[in-house]
Amino acid sequence: MELNYVRTTCPYCGCGCEMLLEVLDGKLLGTFPAKTNPMNQGKLCIKGWNAHEFVQSPERLTKPLIRKNGELVEVSWDEALDFTASKLKEIKDAHGGDSVAFLTSAKCTNEENYLLQKFCRIGFGTNNIDHCARL
Amino acid sequence: MTNSIAEIEDSQCVFVIGSNTTVAHPLVAHRIYRAKAKGAKVIVADPRRIHLASIADIHVSQNLGSDVALVNGMMNVILSKGLHDKAFVEERTEGFDALQEMVKNYPPERAAEITGISAEDIVRMAETYAGAEAASILYTMGITQHTHGVDNVKSLANLAMLTGNLGKYGAGVNPLRGQNNVQGACDMGGLPNVYPAYQVVTDAGNKQKFEDAWQAKLSDRVGYTVMEMMHGLEDGSLKGMVILGENPVGSDPDTTHVKHALESAEFLAVIDIFLTDTAKLAHVVLPGASYAEKDGTFSNTERKVLRVRKAVEPVGESKPDWQIICELSTRFGLPMAYSSPSEIFDEIAKVAPSYGGLSYERIEACGIPWPCPSPDHPGTPILHKDRFTRGKGLFHAIEYRPPDELIDDEFPLQLTTGRYFPHYHTGTMTRNSPTLHAEMPEGHVEINQEDASRLGLKDREQARIVSRRGEIVSKVIVTDSIDPGMVFMSFHFMEANANVLTNPALDPICKIPEYKVCAVRVEKLEQVQAAAAAE
Ligand code: SF4
Repeated sequence: MELNYVRTTCPYCGCGCEMLLEVLDGKLLGTFPAKTNPMNQGKLCIKGWNAHEFVQSPERLTKPLIRKNGELVEVSWDEALDFTASKLKEIKDAHGGDSVAFLTSAKCTNEENYLLQKFCRIGFGTNNIDHCARL
Repeated sequence: MTNSIAEIEDSQCVFVIGSNTTVAHPLVAHRIYRAKAKGAKVIVADPRRIHLASIADIHVSQNLGSDVALVNGMMNVILSKGLHDKAFVEERTEGFDALQEMVKNYPPERAAEITGISAEDIVRMAETYAGAEAASILYTMGITQHTHGVDNVKSLANLAMLTGNLGKYGAGVNPLRGQNNVQGACDMGGLPNVYPAYQVVTDAGNKQKFEDAWQAKLSDRVGYTVMEMMHGLEDGSLKGMVILGENPVGSDPDTTHVKHALESAEFLAVIDIFLTDTAKLAHVVLPGASYAEKDGTFSNTERKVLRVRKAVEPVGESKPDWQIICELSTRFGLPMAYSSPSEIFDEIAKVAPSYGGLSYERIEACGIPWPCPSPDHPGTPILHKDRFTRGKGLFHAIEYRPPDELIDDEFPLQLTTGRYFPHYHTGTMTRNSPTLHAEMPEGHVEINQEDASRLGLKDREQARIVSRRGEIVSKVIVTDSIDPGMVFMSFHFMEANANVLTNPALDPICKIPEYKVCAVRVEKLEQVQAAAAAE
């Protein structure tokens, strides 16, 4: 049995409370507030206390999906990534980079947001990138 | 935020406008309670009697969309009583004369007429706010989600500058960001007009800088915003779309229209952790990893850059989103090889001056607020301390404009939207969390007793809510926390989503849609069914 506590940041609101995820043998068991953070000082709200619950939900997507005959069906990563890359290239070649747009995410990390806008700007020569900040 | 969350408790006056802080930002609300306990005055301006209203020294319910008139009315009182910070205005601002002229049009009596708040209350608010040594303004989407959202924000900045409440401890103009990393997504250039760290794309120098850093040809044309993208998909100028971890079908106004737009895409790829209503429309869905399954950073509403640390392996074959983007880019013909998020962060520090001095090593113990331009810089908890970014702070003389959609005989009630405590945004995460789902398993519409009686509606009965854009069926909660003439709904529940009804009219500058006001009518469901059966 291996029990670990991993310090991280709450995925919900913009307060940015720090918390500890309790992990037993690779499974998330619970969430505890971090006492070392001067902002939340050992406190979390109801969302934070339950932030581990959705992570290993049975509803999570576990495989890439492609629409075939109108239905989304499970495929390999290779097939999904090649299909996506070639479709995007096809559209860019036929209609220009400005015919593609990207929505990046207020729930993803800074690193992921940075990479997606970089891919959009250098791959397509367009600034068609936005996210749901206004929403 | 211009100031930090912890400082709020040392403020002498906290002015909360358009923010249901207890629900949306509980740990900020906590500091407001502490400030109150330490003797601060709390002013709450919110159309609903939200929880904070119960501890407020002054609570006013302004008419929906009348915030500019309220703030102008307060400034009128402050100027006529000479309560403004003359030294601050003199040394640190410009445009004061135009502001003073404009504000003359808003004596408390006129502001009262527009806002529905009594003139005495407006005077009390002005005296309380301006009389405090350090006063903090807190706001959220109740201020920004309007066709005049930018005007609202600028008006609040006027109020803070007029009273010298910027650049000092316990003061400031503090927007509370709703989602955990909205701040970061903006900082990283996830916007159509700026590169990382708000460097505008139309500036030739910036373009050159990023072309050199990224070794690529870039565009100096501002791109599409979300709502423009939806129009682009419909008119065929946009063909392909990639959506990372967002659910516009749930979160955008006028759901029916957004769905139609996404269905018109020649190609739609979605990267997400759940099969959201948006993912259901995609041609390809790529399974990303949740925050607990990857390393990275989030930037909170105080601009503090905080670490996200991997606790468990991603479920099934899902992968960290940064890896998915790298692999996609590589197969697209642009090799992206980063061995870890920390390496990506180091590149960010090179191109984004405000992140320049940050690294995983530096933020290991505790987050650091940007701007942090160099490795020996301690970070900046309070913005605009000695000067504003542009030098002097500029007053904007802003007149009141009414909301886009007004009520009429057909749609006699005003709908406004917001959140509930156990849920978050479109519910993707919280409704997959058994504990949070159990707290509030279904959505509902809040309505005042007076309107409910007139419509023959009882508490917890089903009703139909109709706007010019669509209709939904939802349970009714009769409550006095909302005034007659107004109804309230959340957008957490996809089966009865307020955004089927909301108005996509945009603010002309920042293109934010007017979620916070639209015209609806509410009907008793049995009557509707009986009428249908009779036909
Ligand atoms: S614990 Fe609650 S208050 Fe803290 S960041 Fe998470 S959602 Fe926000």
